[in-house]
Amino acid sequence: MSIKGKAYLMGAYEHPTRDAPDKTTAQLHAECARGALEDAGLGFDDVDAYFCAGDAPGFGAMSMIDYMGLKNVRHMDTTETGGSSYIAHVGHAAQAIAAGKCQVALITLAGRPRNGGARPGASMAGGGRAPGLSDGAPEAGFESIYGGSTHNTYGMCAMRHMYEHGTTSEQLAWIKVAASHHAQWNEHAFLKNVVTVEDVVNSRMISDPLHLLDCCVVTDGGGALIVTSPEIAKSLKRPKVKLLGAGEAPKVQQGGKLDLTYSGAVWSGPRAFEEAGVTPADIKYASIYDSFTITALMQIEDLGFCKKGEGGKFVADGGLISGVGKLPFNTDGGGLCNNHPTNRGGITKVIEAVRQLRGEAHPKVQVANCDLAVAHGTGGSLGVRHGAATIVLEREA
Amino acid sequence: MSELMTRPVPAPAVTLESKPFFDAAEEGKFLIKRCTACGEAHWYPRTICPFCHSDKTVWEESPGEGVVYSFSILRKSPSGPFALAYVTLDEGPNVLTNIVDVAPDALKIGARVRVKLQPTEGGPPVPVFVPA
Repeated sequence: MSIKGKAYLMGAYEHPTRDAPDKTTAQLHAECARGALEDAGLGFDDVDAYFCAGDAPGFGAMSMIDYMGLKNVRHMDTTETGGSSYIAHVGHAAQAIAAGKCQVALITLAGRPRNGGARPGASMAGGGRAPGLSDGAPEAGFESIYGGSTHNTYGMCAMRHMYEHGTTSEQLAWIKVAASHHAQWNEHAFLKNVVTVEDVVNSRMISDPLHLLDCCVVTDGGGALIVTSPEIAKSLKRPKVKLLGAGEAPKVQQGGKLDLTYSGAVWSGPRAFEEAGVTPADIKYASIYDSFTITALMQIEDLGFCKKGEGGKFVADGGLISGVGKLPFNTDGGGLCNNHPTNRGGITKVIEAVRQLRGEAHPKVQVANCDLAVAHGTGGSLGVRHGAATIVLEREA
Repeated sequence: MSELMTRPVPAPAVTLESKPFFDAAEEGKFLIKRCTACGEAHWYPRTICPFCHSDKTVWEESPGEGVVYSFSILRKSPSGPFALAYVTLDEGPNVLTNIVDVAPDALKIGARVRVKLQPTEGGPPVPVFVPA
């Protein structure tokens, strides 16, 4: 497939300002977005893909999608190649459109170097002619000062999930128990000891209602993946793992109308399953991001492995243990026991799914006839704003 | 855990867009933003309405009353245990904040709270919430 003829540039806008002492960088991005959309005869709600580079303040696309109130984004790209980023973005947008991933891509650039705005990638502190003022993340003055960390923002998700759905600490503990059952067979796992529900709920409270053993490990390390064309794949000697579907979504604060009981998986999951032409019931193995037990629980519900609010029952009594439960998950021991390299667990989720589909997981945790798997992750915080991504993978005979 | 929680909040990063909010806080007022095009109040305050994308947003003084949507008490910090929370303002939006002057065991989802503008070191006061 080529992009030739598959995409059109239908809106373009150059902000008239050359000196913006009275506007933030976030605001300039939004004004540019509006200008280009008006030029095209479209509105913000028509945008289903957002592209930005290192000049976007705060948490990049997440901060700007939040600021602008983009509601329908299903494709994001924050490729940063300096001044050429936006030309690369056009090419990437065309690829995404040609692949059916989106229809209306918004690309923005803005900044205020004349007014103290730092170069992209630096602290974006104020200064210059706006002494004492920041031009960084638009949300910073209303968020970071309150001591939010991963522990307490995910803690708020767990607290609300318990309040609305009656989820218990014991049910959450079963997620860690399952991960530990798997990790015991992984010689590289950071934590190899098998734990019980009692061990988890009796471990010290870190941030209510999350205990020490509800939290993932902190590890150095890394990972890498190789994705090839079908022709190259055929020429190689390794078992073929085919990508059937992929979905992504941001979930932001929605102007204050937030709901902490669900994640972006409610959008990324169905997109991936639809493209793959399968349903959650078809999945033999699932890699589910597990920065905390509550992370896995919410995403299992959101991906459709069970109904919203029933995750607690689903994971209890070994529901996630390979060979025992309905949904073998994180058979490497996951982030909870094995590895969470540089506090980013997405790549290890894909790696273990590949092992399962190749039949190369540890024999004690290998899922029989594992021909269809899902890998899902979120980045940022479920309690504040995050990006979700789901892929469906198939073993090709 | 019966001791009342406090939390020293650091000075906020103030932007051009948020300066009126923090200037008002210096005068003891808690402001929110409302869009005059669609009528919706939003949080955090910004120039462009996140719901209808109009730039017809205005500052409005709020009594700063609401209920606890969710919270989590981080047990260890340099200043002791503290509560991070979302408060649902009576005007609608959820606000990320700290809840102070309350015992950890007494804090519950659904509890009525009201704003308190707490001084910061070298910056304007910031909104935290206390039991109503």
